[in-house]
Amino acid sequence: MELFDKFPTLGDQELRDLKKAIDRGFRDFSRSHGEAIENFFDPLLQFLVWFERLLQTSPWPLIVLAVAVFAWLGARNWLVVVGTVAAFLAIGYLGMWRDTMATLAIVSVATLICIAVGIPIGIAMARSDRVQAAITPLLDVMQTIPSFVYLIPVVMLLGIGKVPGLIAVCIYALPPIVRLTNLGIRLVDREVLEAADAFGASYTQKLFGVQIPLALPNIFAGVNQTIMMSLAMVVIASMIGVKGLGVPVLRAISNQYLALGLMNGLAIVVLAIIFDRISQGFGKNLQKHRRDEHRH
Amino acid sequence: MSTDTDTKVAIRDLYKIFGPRAAVMTEHVRAGMSKDDLLDRHGHVVGLRAIDLDVTAHHIQVVMGLSGSGKSTLIRHINRLIEPTAGEVLVDGVDVLGMTQQELREFRRSKASMVFQRFALMPHRTVADNVAYGLRVQGIDRAESAERSRHWIDRVGLTGYEDYYTTQLSGGMQQRVGLARALATDAEILLMDEPFSALDPLIRTDMQDILLDLQSELHKTIVFITHDLEEALRLGNNIAILRDGEAVQIGTPQEIVMRPADDYVAEFIKDINRGRAIEVASIMESGHVNGAPEVDAGAVLDDALQSLIGAGAEVATVTRDGKPVGSVRLERIAAALARPD
Ligand SMILES: Nc1ncnc2c1ncn2[C@@H]1O[C@H](COP(=O)(O)OP(=O)(O)OP(=O)(O)O)[C@@H](O)[C@H]1O
Ligand SMILES: [Mg+2]
Repeated sequence: MELFDKFPTLGDQELRDLKKAIDRGFRDFSRSHGEAIENFFDPLLQFLVWFERLLQTSPWPLIVLAVAVFAWLGARNWLVVVGTVAAFLAIGYLGMWRDTMATLAIVSVATLICIAVGIPIGIAMARSDRVQAAITPLLDVMQTIPSFVYLIPVVMLLGIGKVPGLIAVCIYALPPIVRLTNLGIRLVDREVLEAADAFGASYTQKLFGVQIPLALPNIFAGVNQTIMMSLAMVVIASMIGVKGLGVPVLRAISNQYLALGLMNGLAIVVLAIIFDRISQGFGKNLQKHRRDEHRH
Repeated sequence: MSTDTDTKVAIRDLYKIFGPRAAVMTEHVRAGMSKDDLLDRHGHVVGLRAIDLDVTAHHIQVVMGLSGSGKSTLIRHINRLIEPTAGEVLVDGVDVLGMTQQELREFRRSKASMVFQRFALMPHRTVADNVAYGLRVQGIDRAESAERSRHWIDRVGLTGYEDYYTTQLSGGMQQRVGLARALATDAEILLMDEPFSALDPLIRTDMQDILLDLQSELHKTIVFITHDLEEALRLGNNIAILRDGEAVQIGTPQEIVMRPADDYVAEFIKDINRGRAIEVASIMESGHVNGAPEVDAGAVLDDALQSLIGAGAEVATVTRDGKPVGSVRLERIAAALARPD
C-alpha cells in the first residue's frame, strides 16, 4: 500500500538533473543566440530611448499642452481636459515628472507594439477557426502565468534593461487586444457580410470595408484594456530595469516609505484613469452612426 | 438584346442537402426519401430537391412557400452564395458553378445584385455610401460612384437623406436604400429575398408600386421571394411554389389560382380575394353575342361584374386589344368567385 501513502515522485537526484538540464539548455541557447536577439530588438531600444528622452527633455508646458489636446480629441469633454491638466500639474509639482514621462514612454511604446502585433493576430484568428483554436490557449497562458515566471527566461536572454522590461509588459498586455479584435470581427452581422459577398467584395474589401470598421468599438475596448494592463505592469517591469513610476514604488516597499509609495502609486492610478477616459472617447467617436439613432 | 421569351436563368435538377455527408444523402433523396425521414434517420436537412426552373428574361419570377420550404436557399444558388449538392445553375447559358472565384466575383459585381429581407445595410456608412457600395467594390472612383448613387437615391424617393446613417431611417426607407444599392450596379438580374416582408402592409404596397414602376422602365429579370400570395399575384409574371424544398407547382398567376396542383397550393390561395385576382381571360368561353357589353380579357372578375350589372346584361363580350375573342356569362363569373373546396 506504499503506492497510496506516498506520491510516486521522480528521485531527488533525477529531478535535480532534469532541472539542471533544462537550465543548461536554455543558458546555452541564450549564450549562442542572445546577441542576435539583442540586435533584433535594438531598433526598438533606440526608439524607446529616443521617445523617453523626447518626453523628458521637452519643456513641460509643451507636454501638458499636448496631453490636453490629446484629451480633447479623445474625450471631447472639457471636464476630462481640465482634470488631465490638473493631474499632470500636480504630478510635476510633487516631483514625479521625470518618472511619469518614463512611464508614459514605455506604456505608449508597449501599446503601439501590442496594436501592431495584436490586431493582425486577431484578424488571423477571426479568419480561421483552426488558428483561433491554436492561439486561444496561448493567450490563456500569457494572461494567467505569474509575470515573475516569464521574467526569468526574458532576463536570461536579454539581461536587465528596457527591452526585456518592454517585452514583459507586452506579453502581459497583448492578450486583450488580440481577443477583442477576434471577437469584434466574429460578431459582425452575418447578413451584412453576406451582402458584401453578394456584391462581389473580395476578402480584403470585406476586411477593411466592413469587418474592421464594424469591429472598431471592440478593437478599441481591446486597446483600452491593453493600456490599462501595461500600466499595471509598470511596477513589476521596474524590477528588471525599466525606469519610471515603478522604481520609487519598489524602493518604498523595501524601505517602508509610506508617502513615497502612495504618491507614486496614485500617479499610476491617475494616469490609468486619464488614459482610460481618452481611449474610450476615441472608441466612441468612431461610431458616429450610433449617435441619435432613429430620428425618424 | 434578348427577346421576351429568352430564358435568363435556368436551374436544372438542383439538389441541396445540409449536413456533413450531403453527397451520399443525395442518393436517398433521389430515391424519394422525405425531408422528415432524412432528418430522423440520417440527421441531414433537405434544402432543395430536384428543382427545375426557367426564369424568363425581363420577367418577375416569384418564388413562394411556407417558412423553411427552401426559398432563401434557392435564390442563393443563383449567385452561388450557397453551393449546391447536385445540379446546374445557368445564367445566360453560362454555368455559375463552373466559375472561378474571380469570375464569380465579377458575376456578382455586374450581373446579379441582391436585396435582403432584413435590409443588410452597412450601419457605418451613410445612405449615399451604402448605395454606392457595389460600385466602390467594382473599383469605380468616388466621384462617379457618388454621382450614380445620387441618381438611384432619387429614383427610390430618398433625395435629401444622402448623408443620414441607415440606422436613422424607418424600415421602409431602409429597404429603399437596399433597392437603390441593388439597382446602382445596373445588374440585369435582381435577386430579392422577401424584400418587403418586414414592412407594414401600407408601406409594403408602396414598395410594390415603386418596384413595378421601376420595372416597367428597366425590364430587369427579377427573382422575387415572398410568402404573401397577394404580393405574388400582384408582382409575378410567373410563380413557383415550394414545399419542403420541392417545386410543387410552377405557372402563371392565373394558372395557380384556377388550377392549384394540390392541397398545399389550394391552401395558399384559399383566402385570396378571387374577384380581384382572377382575370376574365381565365374563364371566358368561345363565341360572342352581338350587342353585349364589352370587357377586356385582362380585367378582373370584380370589374367584369360591375360592367355586367351596370349594363343589366347576362353575358359580356371579351375583347383583347379591342377585338372580340370570346364571351363570359354572369353565372360563370359567380362560379369562379365562389371559393372551391
Ligand atoms: N446552413 C444551414 N444548415 C442546415 N440547414 C439549413 C441551413 N440553411 C437552411 N437550412 C434548412 O433548409 C431549409 C430551407 O431553409 P430556407 O432558409 O431556404 O427556407 P425559407 O423558405 O427561406 O424560409 P423563411 O421563409 O423562414 O425564410 C430549412 O429546413 C432550414 O432549416
Ligand atoms: Mg428565407
